[in-house]
Amino acid sequence: MYRYDEFDAKFVKERTAQFRDQANRRLSGELSEDEFRPLRLMNGLYLQLHAYMLRVAIPYGTLSSKQMRQLAMIAEKWDKGYGHFTTRQNIQYNWIKLEDTADILQALADVEMHAIQTSGNCIRNVTSDHWAGAAADELADPRPVGELIRQWSSLHPEFSFLPRKFKFAITGAPHDRAAVRVHDIGLRLHKNDAGKIGWEVMVGGGQGRTPMIAVTVRDFLPQNELIAYMEAIMRVYNLFGRRDNKYKARIKILVHELGAENFRAEVEAEYARHPAQQTQVEEAELARIAQYFAVPTFEKASQATPVFEAAKRDNAEFARWARNNLAAHHVAGYTIVNISLKPEGGIPGDASAEQMRIMADLAEHHSFDELRVSHAQNIVLPHVKLEDAFAVWKKLNAHDLATANYGLLGDIIACPGLDYCALATARSIPIAQAISRKFSDVAQQENYGPLKINISGCINACGHHHVGHIGILGLDKKGEEFYQITLGGSSSENASIGGILGPGFAAHEVPDAIENILNTYVKLRNTGEEFLATYRRLGPKPFKEALYATT
Amino acid sequence: MSSEAKGQVMTANRLKDGDVVFLTRSGGWSEKIDEATLALEPLAVAALEARASEAVLANLVTGHYLFEATRVDGKIRADHIRERIRTLGPSVRLDLGKQADGTAGAFRPVEG
Repeated sequence: MYRYDEFDAKFVKERTAQFRDQANRRLSGELSEDEFRPLRLMNGLYLQLHAYMLRVAIPYGTLSSKQMRQLAMIAEKWDKGYGHFTTRQNIQYNWIKLEDTADILQALADVEMHAIQTSGNCIRNVTSDHWAGAAADELADPRPVGELIRQWSSLHPEFSFLPRKFKFAITGAPHDRAAVRVHDIGLRLHKNDAGKIGWEVMVGGGQGRTPMIAVTVRDFLPQNELIAYMEAIMRVYNLFGRRDNKYKARIKILVHELGAENFRAEVEAEYARHPAQQTQVEEAELARIAQYFAVPTFEKASQATPVFEAAKRDNAEFARWARNNLAAHHVAGYTIVNISLKPEGGIPGDASAEQMRIMADLAEHHSFDELRVSHAQNIVLPHVKLEDAFAVWKKLNAHDLATANYGLLGDIIACPGLDYCALATARSIPIAQAISRKFSDVAQQENYGPLKINISGCINACGHHHVGHIGILGLDKKGEEFYQITLGGSSSENASIGGILGPGFAAHEVPDAIENILNTYVKLRNTGEEFLATYRRLGPKPFKEALYATT
Repeated sequence: MSSEAKGQVMTANRLKDGDVVFLTRSGGWSEKIDEATLALEPLAVAALEARASEAVLANLVTGHYLFEATRVDGKIRADHIRERIRTLGPSVRLDLGKQADGTAGAFRPVEG
C-alpha cells in the first residue's frame, strides 16, 4: 500500500481546511452557488436526486483494512449505513449533508484518503486491474505507475481545466481486466521482442453518448518516458480539444476528428519538443513508490491443500463458490478471493457498514491487510491462502457476501440510475434486480458461462452498457422508462462496442428478453463456446429474429 | 366525485443538507409535496419563481426548478417518474428517504 509522505499528508489536510472554509462561506451566503459549485465538485461533492452525494477516490481500487473500516464509519455516522462501490473503483455516499462534508473529508484524510479530482474537467482517479499484484498472468504490478500518475496529475496546474474530464486505466497483464481500451488513455504493460518491458499507450477510448475503442499511439514506450509522453498527449488535447461543445470535448472526439495518424503525429511532434531530461521518470522516485507495493511475504505453501479439498468435497455450496469466485494467484498455495456484491435481488455495488467491516476483518487476517474494489462493483481479497478459503467463505456466507456468481449472469454492473442520479433518464437497479431474481439459480448461470450484463440509466453509460456482452440502456420515452438492448460489447483485450438489437422494451419485458437471447445462444452455441464468441461468430441476426419474431 | 387540477410545483434542495423541498403557499419550504403550492396559471408560476429566487439569495435552497404535477382530491402527484422518486425516495430502498421518514406524498410506491 502507498503511504502518504509528509507532503501528501500536509496537502490533504490543507485542502480539507480550505473546503471547511469554503462550505462555511457558502452556508453564510458569502459565496453564491455559482461560485461554490466548482469548489465542491473539485472535492467530489455533487448535488443528486435526494441529497448531496460524496464520491471518494480509491486510487487504482486499493484499500487497507483501516481505510475500509473508516469508510464504514463514515457510512454510519454521516450517511445511512451503506455505501455504493462504483464502476470507477470509487465509493459514493448518497445522503450527505453539506454541513457535515468537511468533517467527512477530515475523516478521510485521517486514513490517507480524499475526494479530490473525483469530479470536474481534470484527470480523474486512475483505475487499474483489481487483481494487480496478485494475478497469475501479470507481468508486473501496474500500481506503482498508477501512483506515479496520481501524484503527477493531482492538482497539475496545466491539466486542471481540460476541455472535459479525463480517465486513465492501467494494466500489467495481457488479459485486460481494467477496460483500458475504453478509457481516455489506456496503458498496458507488455514485453517487446527483445524481452524488455514497456507500455502500450492507447488513446481516445470511451463510452458515453459516443462510444469508441482507443487507438494505439505507441506500441512500446519505455517506462522512464511515460510521464513525458503523457504530458505530450495532454498538451495536444488541451490545445486542440473542443471547448465549444461539451458533447464533443472528450479526447476520443479529437482523435476521431483528426484521425489516428494525425493525432499520433501531433503527439510525437509535441513529445519531440519536450526536454526529456526534465520529465523522465526518476528511477529513484519510482523505486521509492514501488517499495510501497512490495510483494507481501508469502508463506512457502505446500502443494497439497487438504483443508481446501476436503471442504470442496463436503460442501457443495462452497465448492461452487470456489469454482466461480476464486482466481489463480501468482504464488502457489494462494488464491484471489472475489467477493460478489451482487446477491440475488440485491443492489449491485452496495455494501452495508457491517459488510465493509467484515471484509476489512477478513483482509486483515487473511489477505495481508489489502482489499481491492473492482470496476465491476465487487470487492477483492487479493492474497488469501487456499487453506484459509473455507474459513473466509464461512464468514462471508454469514453476512450475505458469498454469492457464487462472480463473472456469471448475476454479476451485473448497474449504475445508480434514476433511483439516485440527477442525470439518469431511467432506473437501472430494478432491472438488475429483476434479472437477478429471474436467473437466481447459479447452476443455470454456470450453464450460460461467463457473461457480462451491464446496465446504464442514461446515455452517459456509467453502467458500461456499451461493453456488456448484453448491454441495457434505460431511456425516457415520453415520460415512460424503456430499455434498449445491445449485444456483443466487450471491455477486455478484444474490446468491442455492442450493437443495438432493435426496438426497446418496457421495464417488465426486459428479463424475458434476456431469457430469449440466452435461449437462442444455448441453442446455437458450439460445445464450450462462450456467449460472446457465439455472438461474434453468428452476428445479431439469429438473436434479432428470435427476439422480435411475431408468431 | 374526485377533483383534479394540473399545474406546476416549485422544488429545490435545501442548502445545508440537500434535502428535497417544495415551496408552500405561505412562502416556506416543506419536505412534503402535499404541502406544496400547485400553480395553476402563469401569474402563480411567476410568483413561485420570484419566491424561489428570493430563497436562493437568502441561502435557504439551491437548484430550484418547476415540475408538472396533478392535484387529486387535495393530494399532489408529480407527473414524471423522476419527480415522483424525489418526493418518495429510492424505489429500491423503501426504508430510505421521504417514504421512510413520513414526509412522502400520498402517492406511493413508484410504479412502472
